[in-house]
Amino acid sequence: MPRTSDDVATSNSASIIVDGVRKTFLFRHTHSIKETVIAAVRRKPLASTFDALKDVSFTIQQGESVALLGFNGSGKSTLLKLISGVLRPDAGAIRTRGRVAGLIEVGAGFHPDLSGRENIYLNAAILGMSKSEIDERFDDIVAFSEIEKFIDTEVKHYSSGMFLRLAFSVAIHTEVDILLVDEILSVGDEPFQRKCLDRIRELHQQGKTLVVVSHDLDMVARLCDRGILVDQGTLAFDGDATEAVERMRAR
Amino acid sequence: MSRTTDSPSLRGFVEPGRGAGLVDVFRRRYLLSLLVRKEVQVRYRGSVLGWLWSYVKPLAQFIVFFLAIGVFLRLNDAVINFPIYLFSGIVVINVFMEAFGNATRSLVDNGALIKKIYLPRELFPVSSSIVALINFLPQVVILFVVCLFFGWSPQPLQVLGIFLATLIVLTLATGLGMLFGAANVSFRDSQNFVDLIIMVATWASPVLYQISQVRDVVPDWALVLYQLNPLTAAVGLFHAGFWYPTTDGRGELQENLYLYGVIGLVVSLLALALGQLVFRRLEGRFAQDL
Repeated sequence: MPRTSDDVATSNSASIIVDGVRKTFLFRHTHSIKETVIAAVRRKPLASTFDALKDVSFTIQQGESVALLGFNGSGKSTLLKLISGVLRPDAGAIRTRGRVAGLIEVGAGFHPDLSGRENIYLNAAILGMSKSEIDERFDDIVAFSEIEKFIDTEVKHYSSGMFLRLAFSVAIHTEVDILLVDEILSVGDEPFQRKCLDRIRELHQQGKTLVVVSHDLDMVARLCDRGILVDQGTLAFDGDATEAVERMRAR
Repeated sequence: MSRTTDSPSLRGFVEPGRGAGLVDVFRRRYLLSLLVRKEVQVRYRGSVLGWLWSYVKPLAQFIVFFLAIGVFLRLNDAVINFPIYLFSGIVVINVFMEAFGNATRSLVDNGALIKKIYLPRELFPVSSSIVALINFLPQVVILFVVCLFFGWSPQPLQVLGIFLATLIVLTLATGLGMLFGAANVSFRDSQNFVDLIIMVATWASPVLYQISQVRDVVPDWALVLYQLNPLTAAVGLFHAGFWYPTTDGRGELQENLYLYGVIGLVVSLLALALGQLVFRRLEGRFAQDL
């Protein structure tokens, strides 16, 4: 597997650089002084560590669509969180160029007591948009979500499908250069899923960089050009998406 | 939004998750305004009295203290216009307690968001302080109206002191809130400790008594220490701004009040700098530990 950090210095069209990244989680087994003392007396370990990612390197060029593949617990969601900045690496470096937005757990910033309209503004601002940008896209966001009638109703009265549609609609209309997508296809019914995929393709055609995490291998193979297979925190394969999916299936 | 790296080949690249701290809060002020508005809208939702609750609480506090300290302990006879003296102290100490307490809890309360989306996390303690300020302003208006009835005629410096006191209290609360809020993510002992500080704060500044009563019993160095507490200065400045101008010069203020006011602001700014420093140290672990 080629290391891509060598050509980092020369690549001017790179969008995401991941260089020798390690992420270690520390689990404290004791949560109070009493437990700590007891554990120390019994000579039990006070904490253990787990390497979610070990020395991972790759570079993603601007406009690429990349699938991160791997089984549960392989470290792909950790990788996505590192790229979005929610987590920071313990070793190595990550660099991104342009505005990053994640469709990670859509609806995280929604407040049930606010109306759909208020939630659109709040969440779009959380995702980094300015007031004028939101004003400009507001109608598109509402139209995409198909809940015009309920836009001034409090979100807590929405059905779960309506809620997800609105949340997803906000996220996908943010002005971004890099779009991180985690498990999109758990959202909504089939027509809405298709609409989301079309919108993601449209963004890709506009030259946005896409990083997708999904267990729907067929969808991923169709959507992405490149596949990165993560296995137990290391890169197992980096290349053509169809081939990555085949290797994933062979495991 | 994030700091750029120094290497020339990486021009235009940023390191995700590394922001400019409080400067980013200023840059994202539209988001800050929405977070504040959300907090204000949501706080008393589902209650009949709604925002009236923010007046019921200080009013009840005022009545209890007035009866206990003013009537039973006779401070009402010793201090001219004691109700105004008492209320101006309560108002300023309350805004500190609310801002500090809420800022400390703000990170844990917004854990769901911090774990999923990167945004400058300083937004949360700062918005808590602003919400406390919004809650505080109508109380100041009430105080102001009452003072007008008692022939309020302040000097410009005394009015300026009111703004200085507000600045001191909010800066201190934000700084300490960032410090203890960041610690609170890993160790929830922090918020209990803050409750303790808040309890002590009311008694560690001349809200319920006069500073002359402290001067009479403690050694000089202890009095200086007492006055270096920014909250003592803030409470003193509120007395000077609201209560003193209603007493026809018969009230008593602490010496060098404005000097201690400036010192109080410096101490508060140091607390803010320390809070920011510790916050940045611990920030990298927030998403993991929440």
